[in-house]
Amino acid sequence: MMRSSGNSVEVENLVKRFGDFTAVDRISFQTRAGEVFGFLGPNGSGKSTTIRILCGLLRPTSGRAIVAGYDVVQSPELIRRNIGYMSQKFSLYADLTVFENLRFYAGMYGVPAAELRARIDWALEMAGLRGRESNLTGTLSGGWKQRLALGCAVLHRPPIVFLDEPTSGVDPLSRRLFWELIQRMSSEGVTIFVTTHYMDEAEYCNRLALMNGGKLIALGTPTELKLGAIRGSLLLLECDRLGDAIARLRHLDGVRDVAVFGNALHLVVSEAADSAAIRAALEADAISVTSLHTIRPSLEDAFVALTARRGAEASSELPS
Amino acid sequence: MNLRRLLAISRKEVFQVVRDSRSLLIVLLMPLMLMTTLGYGVNLDARHIRVFAFDREGSQASQDLLKRFQSSAYFDLVAIVTDYRALAAALDDGRCQLAIVIPYDFSARLHDGRPANIQALVDGSDNNTAQLAIGYAQGVLASYGAAVQAEYLRKSNAPTVNPVLSVEARTWFNEDLESKNFIVPGVAAIVMAVVGVLLTSLTVAREWERGTMEQLISTPVTSLEIIIGKLLPYFALGMFDTAVCAAIAVWWFQVPFRGSLIALTVGSGIYLIAILGLGFWISVATKHQLAASQIGLVTAFLPSFLLSGFTFPIDQMPVGVQPFTYLIAARYYIVILKSVFLRGSSLGFLAGPLIALVIYAAIMVFLAKQSFHKSLA
Repeated sequence: MMRSSGNSVEVENLVKRFGDFTAVDRISFQTRAGEVFGFLGPNGSGKSTTIRILCGLLRPTSGRAIVAGYDVVQSPELIRRNIGYMSQKFSLYADLTVFENLRFYAGMYGVPAAELRARIDWALEMAGLRGRESNLTGTLSGGWKQRLALGCAVLHRPPIVFLDEPTSGVDPLSRRLFWELIQRMSSEGVTIFVTTHYMDEAEYCNRLALMNGGKLIALGTPTELKLGAIRGSLLLLECDRLGDAIARLRHLDGVRDVAVFGNALHLVVSEAADSAAIRAALEADAISVTSLHTIRPSLEDAFVALTARRGAEASSELPS
Repeated sequence: MNLRRLLAISRKEVFQVVRDSRSLLIVLLMPLMLMTTLGYGVNLDARHIRVFAFDREGSQASQDLLKRFQSSAYFDLVAIVTDYRALAAALDDGRCQLAIVIPYDFSARLHDGRPANIQALVDGSDNNTAQLAIGYAQGVLASYGAAVQAEYLRKSNAPTVNPVLSVEARTWFNEDLESKNFIVPGVAAIVMAVVGVLLTSLTVAREWERGTMEQLISTPVTSLEIIIGKLLPYFALGMFDTAVCAAIAVWWFQVPFRGSLIALTVGSGIYLIAILGLGFWISVATKHQLAASQIGLVTAFLPSFLLSGFTFPIDQMPVGVQPFTYLIAARYYIVILKSVFLRGSSLGFLAGPLIALVIYAAIMVFLAKQSFHKSLA
């Protein structure tokens, strides 16, 4: 029996099918209280579907999900009182003013009358919308809209907040501001569940779940993922005649993978291969090496490595 | 149900309607437009039917008969022609709707006490007018015949014979049989059907299309709060339109208002709930504004117009069609409207249609509630 506290999310073998299509394929994970839990993956990998199930907006096909201590199938209404949700598409009323939207959602969430003014003031402050209370929401720029939507979603101080791609289509400065708000809420003990496909944003998360094709392919802190994904170490190589270099390196013992990164190459090598041997092999082919050194893998390296490995495993399962 | 949430929804809808000029135009202009077009346009009376006559005799008696047509409010004796071909040509090109031929031995036959035959040719391309023309013509001829008979008896010094039967017709409720008195009160039913279904059918569909519904249903608000909260403002607008229609009917079209204002208000309120429920149900079921408004027009406007008894009496419809009229809310409301305006019936006499409307409204709200799920799938 799973026993959970008010601000955690527990998912066990969750499956969601739409007809023949499996959008979410037996995923399991648990969030910890007050953490920023990131859902990372390409479009169509099942992130939004999972978040909608957790908010009680979609019924799972099978499996279990407990949010804030309540089962998503049995008591979605109790869950809705304890969460804030921000959907992927901007979904406030464009024909209402900033203040009217805030007051409307305060009403929907049942914010007590005594607190109403203070909460709306807090949201205006947070979103940087003071002085724009009577502007029509539709006339605001993207960053303001996102921050207002976040303000509306947390007026009732929910212990868990679900944000579905909150920063898509927003300028970099606004994204940064938005993430500062997320960090602040997290430091106040709110559990934040956020989906993104920006790798740089994923670095801000305490823990990350990598989704691909409806499956959860990895789970851990950003550092764990980066280190665990790469079996061996990662080298950065700068040289001329990149094409010839790739062809040569593919056949060199100890080199697992070669990928182009800008005008350089990233090599995944086993511990056995040393850089001296690589340099020697290239120079034997008259390729001049400008630089060759070990680097820390980025999340993108990890993500590419993990999805590639999953793909290879999946194809090896196919009958030949 | 939480009253604060419900009123928050209503207030939001009011802001949205007030800022949406198209909705406001529908609310404000629809009663005026439909009242004028239907009040003036739908005229089922046949007045001034154009008559051509071919008087083959040209006697005092035939002139007397034609004068009777001339003096009737229903007929305009346009021309007296001298041959049959001119008569046929006038019917052909629509210069007359009724052609009368008086035989050459008309007065001789009357004098001898033999029956005289008057030929009447009617343009049947508009069957309503044709039937009325035949009826009115028979009336004119019958009264002329009675006068001739009385004269004949008087001259022949026969003992006075009392007529066996005579009809003394008096029309109640619509004394002058004016079709505007029959049509105009019913226009309110059409206006409310159009305004009610059109506006509400957009309200839920719009939220699905714009994505605001996904945010709304992620909050603790219940589906009944959404339904009632959304319908309240449209209820107020619908009642406003009813009042506008009633005022136009009484003060502009001079339709009598003989019943109680309470009966009109209660009946209109229940009818409005039924209509709004229908619009809401359509909106919930389609989730798209275009589809919702199309279906709304087809299910609300046309049946209310054609099958409610507004223009065509239900008992004169084909037997196969009549059962379908029970599915139209306007059917019951039109009965109430006509009773309140023309008959002066009180609330008690209207129990039947009122109960029918209450059941209708309950079913519509129930269907709307059942088909509205706080879920995305």
